[in-house]
Amino acid sequence: MSKPFLSVENLTQIYPDGQGGDLTVFEDATFGVEKGEFVVILGHSGCGKSTIMNILAGLAEPSSGVVKMDGFEVSGPSLDRGVVFQNYSLLPWLSTLKNVTFGVAARHPEWSRQQVIDHSKNYLAMVGLEGDVIHRKPSQLSGGMRQRVSIARAFANHPKLLLLDEPFGALDALTRGTIQDELLKIWGGTEQTVFMITHDIDEAILLADRILLMSNGPFARVAESVEITIPRPRNRTDIVEHANYYAIRNHLVHFLGQRSKEISGKAKGSATNRPETVRIDRTGPAADGPGDAPRRLRAVIT
Amino acid sequence: MAKLSLNQRAALLSVILLVVTILIWEAAIPAQQAVGELTEYERLTGGGAPRAGVPAPSQVIVKAWEELSNPFYDAGPNDKGIGIQIGYSLYRVLTGYLLAALVAIPLGFLIGMSQVAFKALNPFIQVLRPISPLAWMPLALFIIQDSEASAIFVIFICSIWPMLINTAFGVAGVRQDWVNVARTHELGHLRTAFTVILPAAAPTIVTGMRISIGIAWLVIVAAEMLVGGTGIGYYVWNEWNNLDLTSVVFSILMIGIVGMLLDCAFGVVQRAVAYVE
Ligand SMILES: Nc1ncnc2c1ncn2[C@@H]1O[C@H](COP(=O)(O)OP(=O)(O)O)[C@@H](O)[C@H]1O
Ligand SMILES: [Mg+2]
Repeated sequence: MSKPFLSVENLTQIYPDGQGGDLTVFEDATFGVEKGEFVVILGHSGCGKSTIMNILAGLAEPSSGVVKMDGFEVSGPSLDRGVVFQNYSLLPWLSTLKNVTFGVAARHPEWSRQQVIDHSKNYLAMVGLEGDVIHRKPSQLSGGMRQRVSIARAFANHPKLLLLDEPFGALDALTRGTIQDELLKIWGGTEQTVFMITHDIDEAILLADRILLMSNGPFARVAESVEITIPRPRNRTDIVEHANYYAIRNHLVHFLGQRSKEISGKAKGSATNRPETVRIDRTGPAADGPGDAPRRLRAVIT
Repeated sequence: MAKLSLNQRAALLSVILLVVTILIWEAAIPAQQAVGELTEYERLTGGGAPRAGVPAPSQVIVKAWEELSNPFYDAGPNDKGIGIQIGYSLYRVLTGYLLAALVAIPLGFLIGMSQVAFKALNPFIQVLRPISPLAWMPLALFIIQDSEASAIFVIFICSIWPMLINTAFGVAGVRQDWVNVARTHELGHLRTAFTVILPAAAPTIVTGMRISIGIAWLVIVAAEMLVGGTGIGYYVWNEWNNLDLTSVVFSILMIGIVGMLLDCAFGVVQRAVAYVE
């Protein structure tokens, strides 16, 4: 089997627990992400999702294990890995436009001032920010607009891997929906590989090619890799009609509601540390028999 | 009558307060001078000597008019225009202050970035900071052997602490998120310092600079009273020796006005670097 574009191998993170002991947040996390894939990681708060993302970004070092991208080991942050932080992380003293040109100028030092500005304006327009707003400071924008700027900044740099840490967590449901659609639209036009964290199941199904499910910490594991067998382009109102939608959704709800607890807290010992691949498809000719449980319809273990 | 805005009402009240204060002051003066004329001291100093009494505001205004209509005259070491004296003071303050900024801001950056540097330098800062700047004067005079440079040194030493401490706190307090933005954009140390940390810490740094310039202006008056020769501090002291209280009151007002202008200048800078998170 050839190595995937991004390969995470035996990642373990141990923090001091504050009482002189150790806290193993997650252990032996191993998974891969293919080029152009949209992977969402879903898990309860505290299981170590942000920690994994910071390691992928190169902002933090794991206690052990390696991350390889394109065959090279990740060490330290790089322009090849763009990050959209949960709290947007815009620089408040710069205007909206300058927050984007800041990144573009770092990526393309050889470009002229005008090139940088034009490129940045294009990407701001893609997330619906045009005209006077782009000269406003982040403090004069709504939360949704700020997150749009942050997304534009990340996409404008064409990173090989785009990392998003609960990008819509702080937004109201309506705004979140709009920006999810915008994200899908921009992503659809690129070959961008995306790795995103969320705790919103519907958001995960709408956006992902594949969802990684994490069990609860400590000793969290990346337990399952669930394929989203709903064709693209997707649209929030249509996907709920799809035969696979509720099957997948129920599987995820069941995992987060019950199994994530059951399989947590267990130290190493599983035969394999790779996540179990789960493929749920009710549309195929080999349709499920009448006696099938509603949850795990077809689990193909690879 | 149309309603006055908040600012208009405040300005009106200020003017009323000023007029009332001046009137009370003016009215209080003749009585005091009448008493003054009877004192033993007055008679002993002789009738020809200038009278030492608190001047009336009208006298101060006349004095101010005289001085300000020809601020830069120079008639020998003991008789220079107020403009020249203030110029000397500003020159000393700004020289000492700029030297202090050149040391304090880079050093503050270092301390703010490095916990080791902070812990290592903190004891020195804590001991040196509470020392009255004038306490350095004898040592400075002995070592530097030059009163001009000693005055500048005293300004240097008093302006350094607020700038140093504020820069260190400002830099240490820069949000990790913003530093991470710089890191994910592969900015080098120098570019991170100038494009992220400096603007992020600028409001705190400028606040320190504003405190420093205020202290420097307070200290220069005292320092010039000690070293003598030129400057607004020396001018005050010299006019006191001449028993010319009108000039003393006038120069006190000038000290206040120049100090306010310096503070306003930094207020403008502060507003320019401020940002809302
Ligand atoms: N720097 C740190 N020192 C000690 N413990 C930490 C540190 N960062 C995170 N943790 C712990 O690691 C666990 C996982 O945190 P995090 O990755 O933020 O979780 P998630 O993003 O999934 O909510 C939490 O229990 C948190 O308390
Ligand atoms: Mg998190």
